[in-house]
Amino acid sequence: MQRYSGFGLVKHALSHHENWERQWRNPTPKKSYDVIIVGGGGHGLATAYYLAKEFGVTNVAVIEKGWLGGGNTARNTTIVRSNYLWDESAALYEHAMKLWEGLSQDINYNVMFSQRGVLNVGHTLQDMRDIQRRVNANRLNGIDGEVLDAKGVQALVPIMDCSKNARYPVMGASWQPRAGVARHDAVAWGYARAADALGVDLLQNTEVTGFKIRDGQIYGVHTNRGDIEAKTVGCVTAGNSGVMAKMAGIKLPLESHPLQALVSEPIKPILDTVVMSNHVHGYISQSDKGDLVIGAGIDGYNGYGQRGSYPTVEHTLQAIVEMFPIFSRVRMNRQWGGIVDTCPDACPILSKTKVKGLYFNCGWGTGGFKATPGSGHVFAASLAKGEMHPIAAPFSIDRFNTGALIDEHGAAGVAH
Amino acid sequence: MFYIFCPYCGEHREEEEFHPKGQAHISRPEDPEATSDEEWGDYLFFRDNPRGVHHELWVHAVGCRKFFNITRHTVSYEILEVYKMGEQPSITAENYAAQQGAASADKERNASQAKHQEGVRA
Ligand SMILES: Cc1cc2nc3c(=O)[nH]c(=O)nc-3n(C[C@H](O)[C@H](O)[C@H](O)COP(=O)(O)OP(=O)(O)OC[C@H]3O[C@@H](n4cnc5c(N)ncnc54)[C@H](O)[C@@H]3O)c2cc1C
Ligand SMILES: [Zn+2]
Repeated sequence: MQRYSGFGLVKHALSHHENWERQWRNPTPKKSYDVIIVGGGGHGLATAYYLAKEFGVTNVAVIEKGWLGGGNTARNTTIVRSNYLWDESAALYEHAMKLWEGLSQDINYNVMFSQRGVLNVGHTLQDMRDIQRRVNANRLNGIDGEVLDAKGVQALVPIMDCSKNARYPVMGASWQPRAGVARHDAVAWGYARAADALGVDLLQNTEVTGFKIRDGQIYGVHTNRGDIEAKTVGCVTAGNSGVMAKMAGIKLPLESHPLQALVSEPIKPILDTVVMSNHVHGYISQSDKGDLVIGAGIDGYNGYGQRGSYPTVEHTLQAIVEMFPIFSRVRMNRQWGGIVDTCPDACPILSKTKVKGLYFNCGWGTGGFKATPGSGHVFAASLAKGEMHPIAAPFSIDRFNTGALIDEHGAAGVAH
Repeated sequence: MFYIFCPYCGEHREEEEFHPKGQAHISRPEDPEATSDEEWGDYLFFRDNPRGVHHELWVHAVGCRKFFNITRHTVSYEILEVYKMGEQPSITAENYAAQQGAASADKERNASQAKHQEGVRA
């Protein structure tokens, strides 16, 4: 692998940047691998990378039906935070946060991780009580957090309407200074390049169309490019996971919904942190390019069409303009949707299944980007050892039958 | 944007007046005490989530406030039929696939397909 550095940049400038090496190979599928990862999103690619790097499993294929990162990974609003209420989820997201903090160095790829802080704004007394409870829980778990009053919020975000005249006046917020944003496609590409360098085969335009199962043990997958064998298969397919599970004769408690985001025309730097509001339901940050990055809510109905409905966009922009009257005349440039796999307790599923050797990592719904490194790391450990990693273990499918749910619905602010 | 026919009001209204309420035809176990943890979990949490024909419950929230059912395609978002509570769907995943196959060979069928599409504006 050609290492990236400032020196390299200067060197390649001399040849007009025309001689950069390709970032990864485009291999032909082998007959068999030790591990197959289905789904070349951030979570699948991170899993492959940590399998190779931390656990010495390099005979790995990542099978992706489209292009790397073309699912939710490069469609999200890139918010990264770890201020979740319950111990189980706090452990998982904070594990990810610690990995984010060294990620660009680790994979020698600038993922533009920017710890600009995240505000989860409260507009009602109940919001504020929930915020206090969550921040206290976070601090007990060693996760940074502060409760701010309206003045504190105003000081951080001068352009936000924190006056008493607002339709939903801002009463305060939780503030996680270590939280922030990262560049989502760089995360997919960075993991892909680093995994490829360790020998992982990235098979794009290859769709898994079925699982090969004999006597309750998986031994491979059917694809549009022929069968590929492996005794360990990790399925990391986000919105398509329900369909994948059905192919293996497994049920998952997931529903797939469209979730939208939109970006404005680029404007001068005006917002240097991330603002999320559960109550009026909108969240916003400004990218380094200058566009405002705005996230909407899910469409309430099930859907697999990667687009969303206009009423949802309208509601979101109402919420944004309510909080930021100054943005009322900013024009929106692009709008798109991803298919998110929502889980009844708003927590992911990292689990073995009743098919031996077949694992699922899904159910991240509207908020899994922030978990990408942590999810990949603990899932890789689980696949390598055949036992779920202690951080992953509480997220088993069984919890929906035993009742040991991890309810992160309201508590984690807006669900992203 | 959906344009939905409410079977109780008897007219098409905009999506904004309605709320989707998830998968239709889920019945509560008759005898909860005799239900195993597995069956109870299935009833509460596990849904079909198909890529294709889906039967779902909707409520005309700011209209007549009645619940009813829609059969809808989850990829094309086409509304295939609307039916009242207590009624059964006439279009299912199985017969829809058969109908689709036949339709491509039969122009008349295509015309009736077009009729189904009236419920949707994408
Ligand atoms: C609009 C939007 C905003 C969001 N905002 C945030 C946010 O601010 N913060 C946050 O933390 N999270 C956010 N999320 C959620 C986050 O994007 C996802 O949880 C996360 O990216 C999931 O990553 P993944 O790798 O599991 O899935 P994906 O990136 O979706 O990857 C799954 C891959 O599997 C592939 N696949 C599916 N079926 C098959 C098959 N049969 N064969 C081969 N390949 C297959 C797909 O093509 C896809 O590339 C948002 C999501 C959306 C849509
Ligand atoms: Zn009505």
